[in-house]
Amino acid sequence: MTAVLQPGVLFGLCGAGLVGIGLFAVVTQTGLLRRIVGCNILGAGIFLVFGAVARRGAGAGFDADPVPQALVITGIVVAFSASALAVALLKRLSELTDGDRAEAAERESGS
Amino acid sequence: MTTLLDLALVAWLLALAVHVVAQPDERSAIVAFLAFGLLLGLGWVRLAAPDVALTEIAIGGGGTGILLLRAEAALRGRDKNAEPMSTAGKAAVALGCAAVSAGLGLAVLTFSSPPPTLAPAASAALGATGLGNPVTAVLLAYRALDTLLEKVVVLLALIGVWSLAPDGLWGGAPEVKPAAVPGPLAYLARVLPPFGVVIGVYMFWVGADAPGGTFQAGTVLAAMWLLVMMAGLYPPPDTARPLLRLVLVGGPALFLAIAFLGFVFADGFLAYPEAMAKPLILAIEAALTLSVAAALAMLVAGPARKAPAR
Repeated sequence: MTAVLQPGVLFGLCGAGLVGIGLFAVVTQTGLLRRIVGCNILGAGIFLVFGAVARRGAGAGFDADPVPQALVITGIVVAFSASALAVALLKRLSELTDGDRAEAAERESGS
Repeated sequence: MTTLLDLALVAWLLALAVHVVAQPDERSAIVAFLAFGLLLGLGWVRLAAPDVALTEIAIGGGGTGILLLRAEAALRGRDKNAEPMSTAGKAAVALGCAAVSAGLGLAVLTFSSPPPTLAPAASAALGATGLGNPVTAVLLAYRALDTLLEKVVVLLALIGVWSLAPDGLWGGAPEVKPAAVPGPLAYLARVLPPFGVVIGVYMFWVGADAPGGTFQAGTVLAAMWLLVMMAGLYPPPDTARPLLRLVLVGGPALFLAIAFLGFVFADGFLAYPEAMAKPLILAIEAALTLSVAAALAMLVAGPARKAPAR
């Protein structure tokens, strides 16, 4: 039981749970912005599992294996860039569909 | 005692994640997501990864938070185009997601023992780089190719965001300032940046030997710049401005140039001559910090909204 309570394992399990929650949000949410948030939760979970691997790989005087840590930092920055691109696409999409709707309404009222 | 803290953190993280998914009000959900990012940073501290914790709090919590809040404000009430899923469908999806989680959890519980680790290898080569922080060494020496490619990905994402500007506005400035700037924001934007810049530069400087580094410093600088732009003290630059583009490309370009010089002066691509390793890494980090700061701030600012000044 005590083995499960070590941070390396505990946060790994937390990460596993977050992956499930994020995945659920990505698949079932109706709002696209919510799906982007879901992607972020999913990513956070994957990073945490990776963090658990790093924590268990402590050695050579370090408290955690530096290689997975560096990869997670890279991952966080890339995930942020992806979110920024997704949000920009979403905003543009909403602008364009709004424009279409306004045009359609205009045509209807004109005819 | 620390076990109790860990358990509480894990419980809060899972509860907040569920809250973010279940909360019907979008803005509350995003604020909860901000809190989630901050707590996640604490979790990384408990995993003995302070570098990741700083990155997570700055980018995962702060940067993504601002981005999502701005998006929510822009999209309020407009982002409802899909039919909600049936309850049976949701249950089936929940079952599948639970299976994925259970499988991952099982994998976590059955990690091989003793765990595989690259820590001794990282430690052995640390002396040759002249760095004290093993994470910085991995990012800029052992796995520098990942870092270089990541910088390119950030720039590509920025090109993607910029290219969403309507044709007539190409090269113009993004709009960051809200219609009415709240008093406290204007005050903060005057008081905070001097401290923020000092903290950012310090984080970059200690990154060689202690937790900190390009990303963390870059994010802090980006946050200060965004603050100034959001308060309207200084307008966002035209995206076509040569100086801005030079700063953005400067970091990766210097990185790439030094990488190619490795063919001549060291063992090959991305290899540093041993005597010069630390100064070279610091030079790359300095240029990258500015690039990251500019790129992150412009990513949050979004595509051009005003026609370029001619």
